[in-house]
Amino acid sequence: MELIAALCDGLALDPRPYQRLAERTGLTEAEVIARIQAMRDDGVIRRFGVVVRHHDLGYRCNAMVVWDIPDDVVSGIGQRLGALDEVTLCYRRPRRLPDWPYNLFTMIHGRERAEGEAIIARLAEREGLNAYPHEILFSLKRFKQCGARYGG
Amino acid sequence: MVDDVDRQIINRLQGHMLVAERPFAVEAATMGLEEDELLNRLRRLLDANVLTRFGPLFDIGRIGGHVTLAAMAVPADRFDTVAGIVNAFPEVAHNYARDHALSMWFVVEAETAERVAEVLRAIAAATGLTVHDLPKTREFRVGLRLEA
Repeated sequence: MELIAALCDGLALDPRPYQRLAERTGLTEAEVIARIQAMRDDGVIRRFGVVVRHHDLGYRCNAMVVWDIPDDVVSGIGQRLGALDEVTLCYRRPRRLPDWPYNLFTMIHGRERAEGEAIIARLAEREGLNAYPHEILFSLKRFKQCGARYGG
Repeated sequence: MVDDVDRQIINRLQGHMLVAERPFAVEAATMGLEEDELLNRLRRLLDANVLTRFGPLFDIGRIGGHVTLAAMAVPADRFDTVAGIVNAFPEVAHNYARDHALSMWFVVEAETAERVAEVLRAIAAATGLTVHDLPKTREFRVGLRLEA
């Protein structure tokens, strides 16, 4: 079995989880450790650790804030927003006109909806973004969250 | 159900896991716990679904996979039926209802771009709704980390 496929099942909760992976992949424990370390250093593994189901930690409000930013300035603004502590994800995506005019997506997590709204209002004011059309799409219900394996 | 020690564990081990022979023993020691207690608490948090998984988040583009975000305008009276159709695809990783005309937002992951496109087409065919494909074209941050 390949190491990446074995890792997708998660790490065994065992005192020697890398030894368990070694047994499944035919590698030695030292090889498993070296390969995971290399994938991490290299960015193939972006994060490695526990994956939290955020609703259960009291983060009821997951707000997707979407912005319509002119194409010639969207990169600069994306970089600025992506560097802020309160922004957990920041992606550029294509517009789908006429239904969808927004090209920059930011995710904000708050424990309550009001907290999320306040964070976003402060951020837009401070960063001078109120001139750009934007909308907040709050999550109403989560139907499926099987623990994303990939950074999408 | 989640006590202060659990919170400390979650905060410490999000996005950070030691790669060494006895990682849990080392991490436990930094938190003043025994290895056994740390493992037992992690098992309990996984069983209780506070944690979804314990492991890596791959850069899917670098391991040969493809991912996209899709959105649909689903009439309120058909929402649950459509959610059932969408969620039945194993390639659908998560799915949220949001307060917008585009009311259903889900992530599709597969090994190939072709398979992702096929799933989107199958969902459109099964529901009769337009599926908007919104793949990321540039990433400025992927740092989801929540204080427990």
